[in-house]
Amino acid sequence: MPTISRGFSGRRSAADVKLPPGQYLTTDFPVLSAGPTPHVPLDKWEFAISDGANVLRRWDWKSFRELPSETVTVDLHCVTRWSKLGTTWEGVSLDTLFADLNTDASHVMAHSYGDYTTNLPLNDLRNKQAWIAFRFNGEDLAPEHGGPARLLVPHLYLWKSAKWVRGITLMHHDKPGFWESLGYHIYGDPWREQRYSGE
Amino acid sequence: MTLATYDHLDGNAAAGELSSIFAIDVTAAEGQCANCGATKRFAEAHLYMHGPGVVARCAVCEHVLLRLVNARHRVFLDVRGLTYLSLDTAQVQV
Amino acid sequence: MWRVGTVVALRDETATARTITLEVPDWPGHAAGQHVDLQLTAPDGYSAVRSYSIASAPNSQKRIELTVERLPNGEVSPYLTQEVAVGDHLELRGPIGGWFVWRAQQTEPIQLIAGGSGIVPLMAMIRSRASAGSSAPFRLLYSVREPEAVFYRDELEVLAHHDDSVSIDYAYTRASPRNWPRPPARIDAALIASATWPSNLFPTFYICGPTSFVETAAGLLSANGNSPDKIKTERFGPTGERK
Repeated sequence: MPTISRGFSGRRSAADVKLPPGQYLTTDFPVLSAGPTPHVPLDKWEFAISDGANVLRRWDWKSFRELPSETVTVDLHCVTRWSKLGTTWEGVSLDTLFADLNTDASHVMAHSYGDYTTNLPLNDLRNKQAWIAFRFNGEDLAPEHGGPARLLVPHLYLWKSAKWVRGITLMHHDKPGFWESLGYHIYGDPWREQRYSGE
Repeated sequence: MTLATYDHLDGNAAAGELSSIFAIDVTAAEGQCANCGATKRFAEAHLYMHGPGVVARCAVCEHVLLRLVNARHRVFLDVRGLTYLSLDTAQVQV
Repeated sequence: MWRVGTVVALRDETATARTITLEVPDWPGHAAGQHVDLQLTAPDGYSAVRSYSIASAPNSQKRIELTVERLPNGEVSPYLTQEVAVGDHLELRGPIGGWFVWRAQQTEPIQLIAGGSGIVPLMAMIRSRASAGSSAPFRLLYSVREPEAVFYRDELEVLAHHDDSVSIDYAYTRASPRNWPRPPARIDAALIASATWPSNLFPTFYICGPTSFVETAAGLLSANGNSPDKIKTERFGPTGERK
């Protein structure tokens, strides 16, 4: 039983909102990372969808920014227990990126600049559930929060929203990514509190 | 692509977390990076902490040396990035 | 293994930094340079862990001192510097760290280089040297924003004047005292060359402070002919807080 520190509340605000189990509300935006912040020049940036052997689709920054984008307001839930509500993002929907792509893949592995990876069921990227986001709260996405562009999948814990995303690889079986291979849940639904494997 | 490396700590910062697994102080341990072969004290590793887990990276090539996750009732440790870690057993803790 | 300490004294070092004295009944003792992890837990179970260097010298008492700087957007430092009162309990783990330590058995020349709050573990080394009666030659290069930001000012002043083998150089980075020979500036090659032990004495270096300060200082020392094996570093992160 930890010792309670009299008068300590941390950085949270007391608001009567419905949060996933075990989460705490925060008003700032903590920066968590597993490695150095990459700085990707826009003239080198690309996003690719591959099947493991072949690149099926590829966009450079110019062609990516010519795609239709949308602005969404979503809540973020990090497995380290902070939740940030009502965040606004502008991004390209994965539905747009998959528009004319036929695949029987069941899962994907998202890859980031650097060595970060995270896996998801393909269905969780479709049907207005995921974006490649490049603006946050009205400004270009800063590098420490995943800029130039990050994956945004707000219905899952935030570790699935890979910062500095560079592409996704289609898979026919689920395979654990960076954190999923070290004790974190393979799926990560915050509403069922799926933080760790075996929960 | 340039990397910004100003945001890391070092092996000293992770010693408390690692004490849940290592009985001997790990900061003075010598480790060899499995990627580039650099041999350094663990205190010199680049540490990224307070994310979902602790990540120690090689100060020379930035490859992951070691990762640790404190899950609810388990600790997970991945040391594939180290060829070896060498600790002095005669070392007095304090 | 978590212990519980009781706050028995508080002392302001500067307008934003405070020293907390903790009595820890089962304290096993420590070495100069080591740190503790403090775990703060709110009544609703929310918790945060931060590392703080031990400022006090090793001794036989069950008391340690931590000096904490209040950071503008800190989550824990405002609580520790403004809310914590004598009688409060703090949960801690430690002592931690076996590499960034100085022990009285060391006789070689020691060069300490502090960036801001990085002075804390180095002060433990200076205090340890004094209480052990060591005559190892010590030099301190203390880089700090302005004179008001100096920790342990009076104690350092007494030391510098009464002990021939401890010398202190200050490097002010934003505002210097009137008539100060060096205009406000970050540490550079010229300062390293003039204010640190020369490499042919084979000193051991201890550098502590924000990550960018430590990397700059270590690079300058290497360029000045010092071997990396002689340079020990401890990084406090870009904001100076270890988190």
